[in-house]
Amino acid sequence: MRLTAFGVALAAATTVALSFLLIPIVAIFVELSLDELVAGLTSDVALDALRVTVETNLTAMGLIVVFGTPTAYLLATRSFRGRSLVVTLVELPLVLPPAVAGLGLLAAFGRFELLGRGLSAVGVDVAFTKLAVVLAVTYVASPFYVRTAIAAFEAVDPDLVAASRTLGAGPARTFARVALPLAAGGLGAGLALAFARGLGEFGATIMFAGSLQGVTQTLSLAVYQEFDVDFENALAIGALLLIVSALVLFTAKLVPAWRRFGSTSITASAPSVSR
Amino acid sequence: METLRIDLDHGLRSFRLALTLGIGGETVALVGPSGAGKSSLLRAVAGLLRPESGSIALGDETWLDTARGVMLPPERRRVGFVFQEYALFPHLDVLGNVAFGARDRRAAGELLARLHIGELARARPADISGGERQRVALARALAREPDVLLLDEPLSALDMHTRGAVRAELHDLLVGLGLPTMLVTHDFEDAATLADRVGVLVDGRILQLGTPSELVAAPSDAFVASFAGANVLGGIARVGRAGLTEVTLDGGGTVLTTDPGFGRVAVAIYPWEISLSLEPPDDSAVNHLRAPVASLVSLGNRVRVRIGPVTAEVTDSSATRLGLREGLPVVASFKATGARLLPFA
Repeated sequence: MRLTAFGVALAAATTVALSFLLIPIVAIFVELSLDELVAGLTSDVALDALRVTVETNLTAMGLIVVFGTPTAYLLATRSFRGRSLVVTLVELPLVLPPAVAGLGLLAAFGRFELLGRGLSAVGVDVAFTKLAVVLAVTYVASPFYVRTAIAAFEAVDPDLVAASRTLGAGPARTFARVALPLAAGGLGAGLALAFARGLGEFGATIMFAGSLQGVTQTLSLAVYQEFDVDFENALAIGALLLIVSALVLFTAKLVPAWRRFGSTSITASAPSVSR
Repeated sequence: METLRIDLDHGLRSFRLALTLGIGGETVALVGPSGAGKSSLLRAVAGLLRPESGSIALGDETWLDTARGVMLPPERRRVGFVFQEYALFPHLDVLGNVAFGARDRRAAGELLARLHIGELARARPADISGGERQRVALARALAREPDVLLLDEPLSALDMHTRGAVRAELHDLLVGLGLPTMLVTHDFEDAATLADRVGVLVDGRILQLGTPSELVAAPSDAFVASFAGANVLGGIARVGRAGLTEVTLDGGGTVLTTDPGFGRVAVAIYPWEISLSLEPPDDSAVNHLRAPVASLVSLGNRVRVRIGPVTAEVTDSSATRLGLREGLPVVASFKATGARLLPFA
């Protein structure tokens, strides 16, 4: 490539941008010795936060898959009046400030509020419990899954769905045996993105669930608390979050590649038979 | 054998699909220009498209009756549908595809063997050839044990070489099954080989329905004639000498025909009605056209010769005798009885 002023300017701007992205990441590891990392990660605060994070995020991902998948399939395969309005609603949490989401959840499920009053009467308190963390994560992370899932279902060739129907499979069996396996790669990628967003959840959770160690304090919240108390601990937890997030991002990038159905891919969904 | 009865009226983009058709244990080919409603008709029979009004019944089993609000979903109509691009499930192997709608995997395996693709059972659709995919699609449709077969351009995705062999196999299979079969095609040879009757669908209506030889002998209009392989030339007809009709062609020249006609017409001449010579012949073949040979295509023992606006078909031996080559000026002749007048489509 010929060296032009424009080419140099592009390269310089890219170098600045990439450096800016990398410096904080490198800094976390530079500021942290291996001993400090181990000590930080084995502290009670970190272990409690890890447990809370895993429990609440797995539950939230379960809720997102169970309710988000049918929602995405309906929106991808049916056309009806107001469909684009519904899709916009599904995407709303993407642009809603998390603090507002948390405030809204509190206003709905708080002990003296809208739904909270009824739940409280039957002995269920939502706000400032583990369930509140689950709901906050579900609320902010769901669009990452549902959006990708809609696209994945839309990408399934309608002729394949039609073929399934003419072969005697009803809508439910067609969903399970054709649409779901063919969209699986996209669904996995969407779930990885939602999981990454859930791990980093802060604003909605602190508003709605607070930051109680061992109960509602997730890794992200622990970073914020430890940053006042023990900076090395905060760095250690930050390093853990960073590694997990990077792994999730790579997974999300890799999963769609599995969708290319070559001769060696996806054997799990193929029925096995001996003949 | 149950008869499939179709009576439909359904709005498509710029016209209505409106037709009545009864199909017994026979193959009916649906031919016609793209977008004429052929695939929509197949989809309506399969239950993949809900027609605005009409009825579809197989024997005494009602599949659709809009007047009574009956619309059986596709999975409750016993149809075997072969899609244009085959629509094989990419995430299942060949056996998995065929077993999808089969009673059990044993039945699926037997079908693979019957269609000579048993060795492909574990292969993925992406890894097999077009001809093999066609057979898998057919096996999958038959595994459903259908009462009606619907084939949407089953041969169009194949190359010319594979096509002939697959067509012959398909013919034997369809004859053996004896099911009411609807087959969409763009190719007259496919229709003539595979179908007992051919329905010409134009703008949602059946223009002509008959055996392939009826269509060749008496095409109802220029489209049907051209589809059946005739040269179709537009022109203006008026009364000529000796009780003949004289047509002044749009591209210049005149054609004499025994068919009566006046005004805007189409003249249809089949390639095998045209004979070639180096000098104008001195016989009753009254129409002559002198032009250089534009192209020569060999079709086994016959040769297709393009001369000016028409294509002639002559035997290999007469092509050799005349020393035909591109650029050679020849005379194309055909009798006044060999030129048919048709309404201009």
